[in-house]
Amino acid sequence: MSDTVISVENLSKCYLVGHQDTQEQYQSFRDTLVRHGKNFGRKAIDMARGRQIIQGDTVEEFWALKDVSFEVKQGEALGIIGHNGAGKSTLLKLLSRITEPSKGRITLHGRVSSLLEVGTGFHPELTGRENIFLNGAILGMNKSEIRAKFDEIVAFAGVEKFLDTPVKRYSSGMYVRLAFAVAAHLESEILVVDEVLAVGDMDFQKKCLGKMNDITQTGRTVLFVSHNLQAVRKLCDSGIVLSSGQVTFHGEVEDSIAAYKECSQFTQRELKGDSKKPHMTKISVCEETLKKGSLKFTVHYKSPNEISTPLVGMVINDELGSPVIGHNTWMDETYEPMPGSEGKITLTADNLPLHSGVYYVSAFFGNQNENTHVERDFIELHIDGDPLPRGLSKSQIGSTELLGKWRCE
Amino acid sequence: MSKPVTILEHGRAEKNYWRDLWHYRELFQVLAWRDISVRYKQTIIGVAWAVIRPVLTMIVFTVIFGKVAKLPTEGSAPYALMVFAGMLPWQFFATALSDASNSLVTNANLISKVYFPRMIVPSATVVVAFVDFAISFVILIGMMIWYQYIPGWQILSLPFFILIALLASLGPGLWITALNVKYRDFRYVIPFLVQFGLYISPVGFSSSVIPEKWRLLYSLNPMVGVIDGFRWCILGGDATVDLRSFGISIAVTALFLWIGIRQFRKMEKSFADLI
Repeated sequence: MSDTVISVENLSKCYLVGHQDTQEQYQSFRDTLVRHGKNFGRKAIDMARGRQIIQGDTVEEFWALKDVSFEVKQGEALGIIGHNGAGKSTLLKLLSRITEPSKGRITLHGRVSSLLEVGTGFHPELTGRENIFLNGAILGMNKSEIRAKFDEIVAFAGVEKFLDTPVKRYSSGMYVRLAFAVAAHLESEILVVDEVLAVGDMDFQKKCLGKMNDITQTGRTVLFVSHNLQAVRKLCDSGIVLSSGQVTFHGEVEDSIAAYKECSQFTQRELKGDSKKPHMTKISVCEETLKKGSLKFTVHYKSPNEISTPLVGMVINDELGSPVIGHNTWMDETYEPMPGSEGKITLTADNLPLHSGVYYVSAFFGNQNENTHVERDFIELHIDGDPLPRGLSKSQIGSTELLGKWRCE
Repeated sequence: MSKPVTILEHGRAEKNYWRDLWHYRELFQVLAWRDISVRYKQTIIGVAWAVIRPVLTMIVFTVIFGKVAKLPTEGSAPYALMVFAGMLPWQFFATALSDASNSLVTNANLISKVYFPRMIVPSATVVVAFVDFAISFVILIGMMIWYQYIPGWQILSLPFFILIALLASLGPGLWITALNVKYRDFRYVIPFLVQFGLYISPVGFSSSVIPEKWRLLYSLNPMVGVIDGFRWCILGGDATVDLRSFGISIAVTALFLWIGIRQFRKMEKSFADLI
């Protein structure tokens, strides 16, 4: 038997989301009536067919996860990192059987306990003692297991004095401490943990981290989701980076964190220059920053001999090939070149004033005053901003956006 | 040690569904115990609520149907006793059905955060209804002592009818609770259904007042068979049970149970996405 405990193949999860029509700005009572009538009709049909009811005027498929594949070995602690909405929680929900995959397959060897929230099922009217048994049973422990660990749980949470008080009278700190204590004493082969360490005060967080560390040391398989990169670094051996529902990186935990910090989704192209001269090896543009209306452009280079002043330039061209905007290292007085035979140079700009559309990026690389490597229209950029109002096109007002205000005087 | 292998895929039928359910029996106990111990917390008279409701309804029914409308009782049994013997299974059915129907939505936080066979939740609420039933049963014993009424051997078959009442509430309960997750409209259907059912079931009156030719049609209501059975058990020879109509009630109960389980299992997988 191989020691693969979790194997995930082409896993996808699709949700249906509804959108409200925002096109019509002026709404009459009659429009509203018609719209509600239509909505009601659609809902009634959906219900008759046994389908899900979705609010809104139009329905769209949303793939929270798409073709995710990875394997986890026995005793491995895997960190899952990614931005909000990258699909981390969906992945954990699928792994812990709470919801069913739309496509793909998960194979699990062993009992899975999932901890997606502290204090799941805690009942405010019940006492601390009662809630330990309740929560334990919900998380999959049996009574004898809970009884055996009872004292340990109480001591860990530090709530001895309040065991017979209803938890609704607990302070929020006591509440989460008790909740985490129960969960931390789970004993299953695979443990799935979501963002639960962010509870309690500093001391307790440290204690939780320690406990989690003990768990990973005992050879159990742990899947851990967190935004706390320190915690991930401390607990996990390896990591995967999720972005927009896809795995963009899978490897050692340090490398994953680096990959996550850098940019988790980018358009990039490798290239082969003349290896006898200083040349670029990879050009990338971060998609996430692009969506926020700014630019992060990176050039990786190599040179047969050390170069003293690596220089980079870039120009963005429109569909017709006319240059729209550009920048180079000469234009930035704060740029400090570092001599070397290999490295990367990044341009960041907070504001990329371009109208929606397709653009092409050309890149120039050189040493001192000489361009040694030029790539024209090498990367395609898709800018998805708001469309121009009143049917205006870029051919009429140009590609760059003027951030101005008009005032009547 | 061989580890259990679980494969998760879209639309994969659980081969070990029932074994899994058995495996989680402790959770079933714990959830039932939670609901019972929470039920009367922070109420002044607590468990007395389980006594007051059926007693008051019994008094009203005895006065209206027995005294005002002068409907006949079963044999020589006191009217109040006959009403209460019908009220017991009805209250049990009504509480179990309405609690089960709302159970998934009230436990939404569990459904969206932990895995367990979802059928545990509505089933556990039925146990809670049974506790109220047991309390009411004590009142019945008190009333029998008061009227100096001695039950016959028939009382021994009471557990069988309790089981039928339980299954009769579980079937529609499972179906409606699953639908309730998807379409919250069903939350409004249940109180209506329960109120309606109280009058179309032979609770305040004996089913012998129904004309003979309508009797079989009337038995399509599964509670008719159950209530008649209860009266037969408790009032002994004074009540009669029509085997044909009882058979129909059982068949309808079984049908609903089958539909309930089927529909529940069909929708179970998507609960967490919809709730």
